[in-house]
Amino acid sequence: MFDLYELIYVAAIVFFVIGLHRMGHPKTALSGIIWAGWAMAAAIIVSFTIPGISNVPLILTGIAIGGAIGWIAATRVAMVSMPQMVAIYNGMGGGAAAAIAAIELLGGSASVYLQLALGGAIIGSVSLTGSTVAFLKLQGWMKQTPVTFPLQQPFNILILAASAYFGLAYLFPQIPSGLAFSPIYPFFILSLVFGILMTLPIGGADMPVVISMLNALTGLAVAFDGFSTSNFAMVVAGMLVGAAGTILTVAMARAMNRSIFSVLFGAFGKTDEHDLNEARIARAIEAEDVGIMMAYAGSIIIAPGFGMAAAQAQFRVKELLDILQSRNLQVRFAIHPVAGRMPGHMNVLLAEAGIPYELMVDMDEINRELPNTDVVLVVGANDVVNPAARRTDSPLHGMPILDVDKARNVIVIKRGAGKGFAGIDNDLFYSQNTRMLYGDASEVIAALIQSLKKL
Amino acid sequence: MIAEVWSAVYIVVLSAFVGYEVVSRVPVILHTPLMSGSNFIHGVVLVGAIIALGFATDNAERIIGFAAVVMATINVTGGYVVTKRMLKMFEHKKKEEQDV
Repeated sequence: MFDLYELIYVAAIVFFVIGLHRMGHPKTALSGIIWAGWAMAAAIIVSFTIPGISNVPLILTGIAIGGAIGWIAATRVAMVSMPQMVAIYNGMGGGAAAAIAAIELLGGSASVYLQLALGGAIIGSVSLTGSTVAFLKLQGWMKQTPVTFPLQQPFNILILAASAYFGLAYLFPQIPSGLAFSPIYPFFILSLVFGILMTLPIGGADMPVVISMLNALTGLAVAFDGFSTSNFAMVVAGMLVGAAGTILTVAMARAMNRSIFSVLFGAFGKTDEHDLNEARIARAIEAEDVGIMMAYAGSIIIAPGFGMAAAQAQFRVKELLDILQSRNLQVRFAIHPVAGRMPGHMNVLLAEAGIPYELMVDMDEINRELPNTDVVLVVGANDVVNPAARRTDSPLHGMPILDVDKARNVIVIKRGAGKGFAGIDNDLFYSQNTRMLYGDASEVIAALIQSLKKL
Repeated sequence: MIAEVWSAVYIVVLSAFVGYEVVSRVPVILHTPLMSGSNFIHGVVLVGAIIALGFATDNAERIIGFAAVVMATINVTGGYVVTKRMLKMFEHKKKEEQDV
């Protein structure tokens, strides 16, 4: 039997793969998402031609509501908030996967793969609540520090096991649930609770890795649903994302020198006992003095971090770059792979301000040049330039860092005297060659530009 | 039954392999857009949500199916717009270079 919609689904899958492939290269990246977008639109429209589809007005209303919410939120959000937007969209996908699995389980679908709906339900639910917690933490609507309690991991695993047990008890009535009501209720509730519990002990610095992992999980949930609804477009697309997302997660964790295991169970950023009792003094400097220092420097390297993103200072940084270049100074940008809230976050923001790619230099390459650099300007970066990472007793130990402390002069632009995202004090601030330039990154750089104009 | 299970195993293994191949060796600068792009692609869950609601027979199923359609559409639209916004900046840069 020939079904046009199946043919379109196959074509859509081919375009998804081509789209993902194109998104992996800077020159073709934009066309990649557009190819995938057209394929998605075709797959959605053709789904209405499946024989027997009813409730069409209800479906269209749902699409109109969801489309309006998704479109408005995505167009209004600032570039800085992209990570949490990805998190919440991912959570919505997980929620949809869980809801589809719920219908399959309740309705007793005829598919030979009905049992796999259990997987879609658990993973989708975990992705929904886990992504929501990640969103709330990154958005600052929830405390970013890890929430821990005794026997946390055994307790979490118990919740997950209980959820799986009730799920099996629902599918196979011979398994006793010991409940007066259907075990499907505790099954879903415990899955949702596990998603929250799993994300609570994870600190802000590890959040990108977690979002990427939840993204891969949603892919898996969609693949499971694909089996239970006998829709192979969902199986293949879901597995694609599951595998691609896992690779991205591993790459991100590796860039931070953290294992997935320690991200999930480490409660990173909880404490640093090393220097709590040491009274160390950070020396401050004024913008005008920094202007003079830069004007007569041979080489300048700018190391941006999340502080630049938070202050929306990337446009000021571009102005600063222009004025320094007009004085024939060599300026480059040191890009730590995980500076900001996501790998590549800094590249995206700097590109937004119109800073050329050739000036953005990867960590390994720039670290060789830092010892011969006159001035390093650290704009709101903290953990990624913390020399404590070289000390074996630091929680940051082993994380690759930008060796800015080896430059002749280090200027650190920082909002206040607080700690970094990981909650660890920064040895760099107390170094002999470091001067602190306190204030909002955007305002401070504006003052710096003014002082350079006067010279 | 056995044949169906094996064809399922083939599908899973091959599509996971394609996913692995497509994103390995991607430059760090594209990690965030690619995560967002793959986030968009699992928005294909909307197809499943349409089918689930399309074949819903009672009100409980209709309510859950409607929620699934709304959430899946947020995933698809939001994922697409956010990814495109991020990647537009790459395009912008490229054009400027060509102009010079």
